[in-house]
Amino acid sequence: MEHKRLTLFAGHYGSGKTNIAVNYALRLAREGKAVCIADLDIVNPYFRTKDSAKVLEEAGVSLISPQFANTNVDLPALPAEAYRLVTDRETYGIMDIGGDDRGAYALGRYVPGILEENDYRMIFVANCYRPLTRTPEEAMEVMREIEDACKLKFTDIVNNSNLGTETTAETVTASAEYMEKLSKLSGLPIFATTAVENVAKQLPEEFSPVLPLQLQEKYFDLPSQKPGNRPLWG
Amino acid sequence: MAERVLMKGNEAIAEAAIRAGCRHYFGYPITPQTEIAAYMAKKMPKIGGVFLQAESEVASINMVYGAAATGCRVMTSSSSPGISLKSEGLSYIAGSDVPALVVNVQRGGPGLGGIQPSQSDYFQATKGGGHGDYRMIVLAPASVQEMASLTIKGFNLADKYLMTSMILADGTIGQMMEPISFEDAEIETYEKPWALTGTECKRKHNIVNSLYLKPDELEVKNFERYERYKIVEENEPMWEEYMMEDAEICVVAFGIASRVAKNAVVAARAEGIKVGLIRPITLWPFPTKALRAAADKVKAFVSVELNMGQMIEDVRLATECKRPVSLCNRAGGMIPSPEQVLESIRKAQKGE
Repeated sequence: MEHKRLTLFAGHYGSGKTNIAVNYALRLAREGKAVCIADLDIVNPYFRTKDSAKVLEEAGVSLISPQFANTNVDLPALPAEAYRLVTDRETYGIMDIGGDDRGAYALGRYVPGILEENDYRMIFVANCYRPLTRTPEEAMEVMREIEDACKLKFTDIVNNSNLGTETTAETVTASAEYMEKLSKLSGLPIFATTAVENVAKQLPEEFSPVLPLQLQEKYFDLPSQKPGNRPLWG
Repeated sequence: MAERVLMKGNEAIAEAAIRAGCRHYFGYPITPQTEIAAYMAKKMPKIGGVFLQAESEVASINMVYGAAATGCRVMTSSSSPGISLKSEGLSYIAGSDVPALVVNVQRGGPGLGGIQPSQSDYFQATKGGGHGDYRMIVLAPASVQEMASLTIKGFNLADKYLMTSMILADGTIGQMMEPISFEDAEIETYEKPWALTGTECKRKHNIVNSLYLKPDELEVKNFERYERYKIVEENEPMWEEYMMEDAEICVVAFGIASRVAKNAVVAARAEGIKVGLIRPITLWPFPTKALRAAADKVKAFVSVELNMGQMIEDVRLATECKRPVSLCNRAGGMIPSPEQVLESIRKAQKGE
């Protein structure tokens, strides 16, 4: 997996951008790189990069997050510090961008600097099991809306097709045709396929490179969704 | 196997509503339920439906009232402060006996409060909120699948009993993502001879109204309405029982609190405490009979809520205060941890 200095994750809301951005940052850190991740989500005040603050800190990844993230202030403002991702060219930067075109507006202000340096990967995160992007054509529509909003073209696709806790290797392999078509329609390569670690191990060669994901346990996970517990919830 | 999709709770409500035949959505944005409106805005124009962002919550609920009077399936959605604004309209809809679906994805209160999850609109949803004698059917989903299935159920019940069905969710269930399917959904349809559909000069005109000039006529209407409510109370309570067979302690929790409580029940069982859970799925009608029956078997109840103790009053009423009921709660957008619930279970077991 060849890395660019800047990696931007955008896509339909709920496509998995934040999880992938966090895991990709951790991977870069494990490879010994200086990494900074910025939460540029101005749309959704729930479930954000800051939820992973502890694991990022332990891995030595610096985190830039809106001042009011995870508080009761629903203020779509970005910290001035976020410019550091564009200006500090010694550090690998990762941007987690809010969902859909609405989220992508926030990226626009950084685009001139990104284009000038021209060492970036703008990744469209796609999950074929999301209801509003059930067809490659619908995903293309979202892709174009995002590009129009932020004035930056996508360069790659990440296949994050999953059904949450029900994801199996078959869930991922069944996405092949969809992703092939999306790749053809957009003219963009599949940069990687993602899956939770135990599923990632089972994926056939054609899906490589695979980015294995570690997901955080959440307080509302049911007994049946916790590893090692027998299914209890009907 | 039914087709599975990965959905947010809010999206599941919107998609389920569309599948239930809802083609009219009137709303006004507020966190944490905005995905419902966003989904409707995207989908309704493609299927010949109406998505309208009104100038306010008050306007949107009155649009719901108007559309409901024509007999079509119609909905609105909001979060706590927005539901307060809609409460006048909810009373008018109840007073006119027309069916509607209203979604409240609760956030912390009172006042402007916050945007984090809460269950502090239990009183508002189950006891009134608006003025006058009326009830709403209140459905409390605890998973994304239930966000979908209870939305469809809500439309069915609203049409059946000419009432408002309210989906009482919270910010977490609205925002979290789980795999679900829609294939099993049973969509019922009802004749609506009362609806304002145009007489074409072939029948006497219908009237939808909540104003009565003579108090005795208004009284009759109220008595008739409560006869209908009695049938709902008899036929429609829904609840889930979990590990209740040999339980000595009964945890009562709905929605997101029930998921935390379930983990605590599993942990307490591992310590040898005989504990079970009753999860009300309908908050009105409240599953009184299930709670009353449990009161003959268990020695104490623990009510787990994301508020200062609201459902606990109904637990005490349902159990006729036969057993002690303690409260395990967080408020203001905070959520109890399984450990906190476990500690409450331990205390109840010791009779503290």
